Amino acid sequence: MTYAYFPGCTLKTQAADLDRWGRVSMEALGITLEELPQWQCCGAVYPLAKDEIASRLSSVRALMDARALNRPLVTLCSACHHVIKRTNCDIARDETFRDRANTYLAPETPYAGETQVLHYLEVLRDAVGFDNLAKQVKNPLTGKKIGAYYGCLLLRPSRQMAFDDPENPTIMEDFIRAIGAEPVIYAQRNECCGGYVTLEDRSLARTRAAAVEDNAAAQGAETLTTACPLCLYNLQKNGGGKLPVVYFTELLAQALGLKEEAQ
Amino acid sequence: MSDWTQRIQDISGVNPRKCMKCGKCTAACPAYDRMEYHPHQFVDMVQSGRVEELMASRGIYTCLSCFACVERCPRNVEPAHIIEAVRLAVIRQQGGNHMKPDQIPGLLEEDLPQQAITSALRKYSKGG
Repeated sequence: MTYAYFPGCTLKTQAADLDRWGRVSMEALGITLEELPQWQCCGAVYPLAKDEIASRLSSVRALMDARALNRPLVTLCSACHHVIKRTNCDIARDETFRDRANTYLAPETPYAGETQVLHYLEVLRDAVGFDNLAKQVKNPLTGKKIGAYYGCLLLRPSRQMAFDDPENPTIMEDFIRAIGAEPVIYAQRNECCGGYVTLEDRSLARTRAAAVEDNAAAQGAETLTTACPLCLYNLQKNGGGKLPVVYFTELLAQALGLKEEAQ
Repeated sequence: MSDWTQRIQDISGVNPRKCMKCGKCTAACPAYDRMEYHPHQFVDMVQSGRVEELMASRGIYTCLSCFACVERCPRNVEPAHIIEAVRLAVIRQQGGNHMKPDQIPGLLEEDLPQQAITSALRKYSKGG
C-alpha cells in the first residue's frame, strides 16, 4: 500500500527525526509514504477568518496533487495535519471558499474535497492495526512509563478533525501499549502547551509547558511523546526540563528495532 | 449594530448573539488570566459594540489558538474566531503589524522550529 505524503517545512529541518523515523517505520510495516513531488508550506496556522482565501491555497494544491495520484494524503506534523484537514473540510462544505479557490487555481477538474486526509497515527491504527503492530515489535519498551502529549491540533475542533474523542482520547495510549510500554494518563495531555506564543510571550509559554510537564511527572510519566515539532520544542525549552520529550515515530522505530540498525 | 460589530461578524463568520453566557469558554481557556478581557467578554463586547476596547487590549495577542473554547462551547459560538477577527481588524490596518519580519533574526535560536516563525508571522502580521 502506498500513501501520498506531505512532510511539511519543519520536518525537512528541525524535526528531521520525526520524518526520518516515521518513514522507515512505515516501510518496515509494509506501507510506503510517497512524498508529493511538489509541495509548499501549509502556512503553519489554520486561518480562522472566513474571508482569507489565499492563505489556504497551498493546502488545496497539496490536496489536488494527492487526488491526481488517487491516494490518501498522510501527514505527520500535527500543525500540517490540522491545516490541511480543515482546509479540505472547508472546500467540501463552504461553497464560497470552494468557488473562489477553484477560480483562482483553475484546475481541469474543480476540486471539492475528494482527497482523504489521514494522520500517520490513523494509518497505524486503521491500516496497520495496533494488534498487528504489537506482533512486529522486536524491542518492546517494557516497563517504560510514557505520557502521550496530544496537545490541541490533532483533536480540536473534533467536528472537523474527527481524530479521536477530544476529551478522552485513546489512540496514543493504544500506540504506547502496542510498542510494549505503559501509558500514563494525566489531565493536561490535551491542554495547550502554549507553543504558539513562544516568540510573543515567553512567560506564558513557560507557565503552560511547565503545567503539562509537572502534571505528567506527578502521574508517574518518565517520558513524554508528541507528534508536534512546536510542542516538542516548547516542552523541552520552556517546560522546566523535568521529562525528556521524544517524537512518537522515534519510539516506534526503536520498538521495531530500526534505530539500532541505523546506528 | 455598530460598524465594528458587523465587521467582526463578517471576518469571523460568528454570530455572537448565539451565546447564552455560560462562561464555559473562559473556564476552558488556558490563557484567561493573562487577558484583561476573557473569551466570554470578547463575545459579549462584540455584541454590544465595544470592539475598539478589545482592539486596544493585549489579549488579542495572548490567545493560544488551542480551540478549547471552540470545542467546549455548548452553543458553537467559536470565541477563538472572534478573538482572531478582532486581532485581524487591528493588524490589517496600515502600519498595524504586531510583528515585523526584521524582528525575526533577533528572536532566532538554534533549535527553534520553522513552524514557530511561520505561525507567528501569520498570526501577527498582515498589513503594509
